Amino acid sequence: MLGTYVTVRAAFVDLGKMNIVLALGIATIKATLVVLYFMHARYSPKRTQLVIVCSVFWLAIMLALTLTDYTTRSHETQPGVSHLARPGASHPFRV
Amino acid sequence: MHRTGDLYGHFQTLEQQKETATLGMWIFLVTEVLFFGGLFLAYTINRSAFSTAFGIGSNTLDITLGAGNTVVLIMSSLTMAMAVWSAQVGKKKWVSIFLIATLVLGTVFLGVKAVEYKQKYDHHLIPGSGFDMRYRSAHPTAADDPKEMALEKEEVEKAFEKDPDINAHSQLYFSLYFGMTGLHALHMIIGAGLLVWLIKGSFAGRFTPQYNTPVEVVGLYWHFVDIVWIYLFPLLYLIDRHR
Repeated sequence: MLGTYVTVRAAFVDLGKMNIVLALGIATIKATLVVLYFMHARYSPKRTQLVIVCSVFWLAIMLALTLTDYTTRSHETQPGVSHLARPGASHPFRV
Repeated sequence: MHRTGDLYGHFQTLEQQKETATLGMWIFLVTEVLFFGGLFLAYTINRSAFSTAFGIGSNTLDITLGAGNTVVLIMSSLTMAMAVWSAQVGKKKWVSIFLIATLVLGTVFLGVKAVEYKQKYDHHLIPGSGFDMRYRSAHPTAADDPKEMALEKEEVEKAFEKDPDINAHSQLYFSLYFGMTGLHALHMIIGAGLLVWLIKGSFAGRFTPQYNTPVEVVGLYWHFVDIVWIYLFPLLYLIDRHR
């Protein structure tokens, strides 16, 4: 609980010059503290802890595989994207 | 259903019954993680594609209100944790007090969110035909600081130079902003309803060290909603704040 206060404070101090890694790092520290102490994950039975780990693992699969696809594939023929760009504008995903 | 006191017939002990209930809540939260995860994924892809538009969109948000709301929500998680603890040690009066505190903080959060939505409406930043990133700086009100407005205008014009389709692309940002915060707010409203139900129960003295599963399970849900906001805040408000 004290740790949550400290990270909130840290988030305030860093406002303005914070980069995405630091922002997500602090968010993850906060979230982890909430899960471990507020949600009693630390004192829960092993099977509840397993459920939590699985949840993060599956989320990681979803994010990693989808982003792998988006960052490596050309989206020129993707419907629904082109109408946002002006004619002739290059699509940001094109490698 | 056969029931002895608070113990339902298909359980051996209250302990087992409670563990089952919390496990069930956790499994529900897993589905919620993946539900919100999909939105975060859509956000990540679009932000990497349209970083200028997302940066300028993010800078229109009020950081004081956002940061203040983060503190309010984390405080409400703290009071919720205190309510669960009070129930476990049998301090019945404190269960009610902490639950009411949680409800008040949750309502404050939703109120601030409503104020923020109203601002976006006034500034023509709701996705749709009226959407215009230039509207705000072109129509300053008496309350606006002229210096601040000039800076904002310069920033918007720079963004238009970098990305001429900024009005189309920042609508993506605002669609995700309203979608994600709106879904989060819906979870808060449901949570507030559950809190009202718990407060009623706590006034009746329902929650004891032997039986406090409803407080515990709603607590898990409330903390989850807090965690979603912990990620939403930096991702939506703090994209491009360094100047």
